[in-house]
Amino acid sequence: MPEIFEIEPERYELFEAPRYIFTPTRREFLATLGVGIMVVPAIAQQRRGGGGGANVPVGSRLHIATDGTVTVLSGKVEVGQGARTELAMAAAEELRLPLEQMRVILGDTDLTPNDGLTAGSGTTPRTVPSVRSAAAAAREMLLSTAAERWHADRATLRITNGRITHDGKSFGYADLASALAGVQPNTTALTKVDDWKILGTSQYRADAHAIVTGKHEYPSDIKRPGMLYGCVLRAPAYNSKLKSADLTAAQKLPGVVAVKDGDFAGCAASTSYAARKAVAAIAAEWDTKEHPSSDVLFTHLKSHAKPGRSASERGSISTGLAAAAKKHTATYQVPFIAHAPMEPRAAVAEWVDGKLTVWTGTQNPFGVRDQLMQAFHLTADKVRVIQPDSGGGFGGKHISDAALEAARLAKEAGKPVCVRWTRAEEFMWAYFRPAGLFEIEAGLDAEGRLTAWKFVNYNAGGAALETPYKVANAHHHFLGSQSPLREGSYRGIAATANNFARECFMDELASAANLDPLEFRLRNADNDRLRAVLQAAAKKFRFAERRAAKKGIGIAGGTEKGSYVAACVELDPTTGKIREFCMAFECGKILNPANLRAQVEGSIIQGLGGALTEAIEFAGGKLKNGSFARYKVPRFKDVPTLDVVLLDRPDLAPAGAGETPIIAVAPAIANAAFHAYGERRRAMPVKMGRA
Amino acid sequence: MRIDMTVNGTARQIDTEADRPLLEVLREDLGLTGTKYGCGEGQCRACTVLLDGRVVASCRTPISTAAGKKITTIEGLALNGRLHRVQQAFIAEGAMQCGYCVPGMILTATAFLEKTPHPSEAQIAEAMNGNLCRCAGYPRLIAAIHHAAKGGAHA
Ligand code: FES
Ligand code: FES
Repeated sequence: MPEIFEIEPERYELFEAPRYIFTPTRREFLATLGVGIMVVPAIAQQRRGGGGGANVPVGSRLHIATDGTVTVLSGKVEVGQGARTELAMAAAEELRLPLEQMRVILGDTDLTPNDGLTAGSGTTPRTVPSVRSAAAAAREMLLSTAAERWHADRATLRITNGRITHDGKSFGYADLASALAGVQPNTTALTKVDDWKILGTSQYRADAHAIVTGKHEYPSDIKRPGMLYGCVLRAPAYNSKLKSADLTAAQKLPGVVAVKDGDFAGCAASTSYAARKAVAAIAAEWDTKEHPSSDVLFTHLKSHAKPGRSASERGSISTGLAAAAKKHTATYQVPFIAHAPMEPRAAVAEWVDGKLTVWTGTQNPFGVRDQLMQAFHLTADKVRVIQPDSGGGFGGKHISDAALEAARLAKEAGKPVCVRWTRAEEFMWAYFRPAGLFEIEAGLDAEGRLTAWKFVNYNAGGAALETPYKVANAHHHFLGSQSPLREGSYRGIAATANNFARECFMDELASAANLDPLEFRLRNADNDRLRAVLQAAAKKFRFAERRAAKKGIGIAGGTEKGSYVAACVELDPTTGKIREFCMAFECGKILNPANLRAQVEGSIIQGLGGALTEAIEFAGGKLKNGSFARYKVPRFKDVPTLDVVLLDRPDLAPAGAGETPIIAVAPAIANAAFHAYGERRRAMPVKMGRA
Repeated sequence: MRIDMTVNGTARQIDTEADRPLLEVLREDLGLTGTKYGCGEGQCRACTVLLDGRVVASCRTPISTAAGKKITTIEGLALNGRLHRVQQAFIAEGAMQCGYCVPGMILTATAFLEKTPHPSEAQIAEAMNGNLCRCAGYPRLIAAIHHAAKGGAHA
């Protein structure tokens, strides 16, 4: 009997020391730690999980300006998933204001509450309620204050467009805003779903005009007075240490600032062209140690397994297997993949009177502030991190090395410095979605019901580790390993890997039981929401009919973070191209149907990359495919006919939707490939054609 | 090297290294940051600008090539504050998630629709295939380009 650990919810952060800890000046040490012995700063405790809605007074969440404009404040960030619009809708709904009257400030460590990481589909289930309850409390307080001032019965007051009216008299919210001091959020005053006017409607980005005219400033567009452009010296390979770096030649170039500090070396100059030339002039020596190649990845992960990250057990696997009419076992593999957001990492750093301000693309501004505090030995009041709405995240921007690099160069230069990673740097030096190896074993009774389920995952992560199907004897185990590449979060992260292995294996079991894959899943699913999406997708796609008529039809389902998904696929067996993709998705009450559809479509198409083409290859400490020319991500021509069915459940609380749809993509495709070729596909990306 | 060029209708003169990418000159010297960097190798087209009306990847265009030419960036597409019909269509269709690819998409689509005013969906996909959207908002982008094509007559 193995030792039993609790199942981890998910590793949404990197538990890694920052890439650089810079040498402090004595003054900095005194400022941070007081007079005393030198200590190495401890890695700050980071919050776990997706974070959510910090419970803060209404005044920290909402600001009412004298002209009546209402500003919502949240530490969440916008990376294209629609958080800004959703939070504006949430506040507008409760305050009975038109959406156009709302402003939203996100991800600014000096201004916004710390709502944790923007990850784990947490904004919808946690931050939206937090904003709504603050806005509802504000509305109630404004109403009572107006009633008091007028000596009127509260029930007779009306709110129209941000004005409280009664008997021909009216107050603007701004007239009464002082009453909000000290008010706490109120969850009992929330507007009922049936009465929603704004939530539940389709809304697009409010800043669309700035985006289509090129005026929107992404982190890589920020320009500060006197700003220099930075470039960082990169190691030639992973597992390298900087032995020496001679800056003499670089420093001789006009207008160049060059720095070496521990493992960091870089230059700043008046153009990025000049900065690159200066870095090229650094004479550097590196100590490079051996690094395993992707060819041996899966044996490496298994042989370096660290026992017991998390595990759970119910019933007895051996009893379940002994009782089985049929037994089956298989192994699955999932490679490292890259997020490759359209906007690579970028940061601008500026020091003014010992206070550091950094504009950077991150899903974790407070985490980046902690990184900067550690790296530069600063207290929280001396660091401000601002995330301008950035060009994509997908879980890839939780830390910001670019912020540290820009700050170090800016400190040396005495001027603001920006560091904008190149695509090659983004591929090589960011982090990857973990690779994983899976060993699964199951038993079935004579009717095709699961009697035993054993699921062992090496390195892929703990999300959606447990099967959503009904089985009395189950063992789930996630073992960590020593990853050859730096790894971290990704859209859906481990849920994609776990669900791929599980849903493909379910298909294998269906054929072992001689049952249709849909019928087999329904027979083993007692969760109504899972059954509902499976049935909805199958019905819309005409799964049974089409599967009987031709080859290359597959299905998969799954659940994660409180939402449910099922997908049906048709592929062309000759070309391996995906012809049609149908997905049913349910995440409770839908808050913004247009944005939800965009998230689901985006997840499907982005998921096609992981399912069909994406896998990071490396050898000799270098990436073999670290460019868009070699690492193939989905393009216009790869988009199949899409059919998205959104199931609205007004009776259920809204769950996030940016991630879960992606988990059904690869298994549905692998199962369609099995149907097409009669051979199992047990690895992502899924190979097409007969072996 | 001294370069004379016309950017969004304005004559510009700069003195710079001949092999600097046009993208960096636009962004760093002229402050036109609407043109985006995505890969620097011609693979994503986030950096698309129009050079004498033709679509080019500004990351792969040395500034020397731009000498004497007319350049249109996303900032110069609207005329007298009136958005181009492709820009309008992108707003109407909500064709953006993070929006980072959008300037390049709009310029590529603009040049494409000039030549192919009534494209099929397959023609759109073919013409736009060089432009990457990592939010994978392709269905909405295609809808926006259709919208612009249809609304073309009276927009
Ligand atoms: S940045 Fe020019 S093509 Fe990608
Ligand atoms: S909208 Fe984000 S890259 Fe296209």
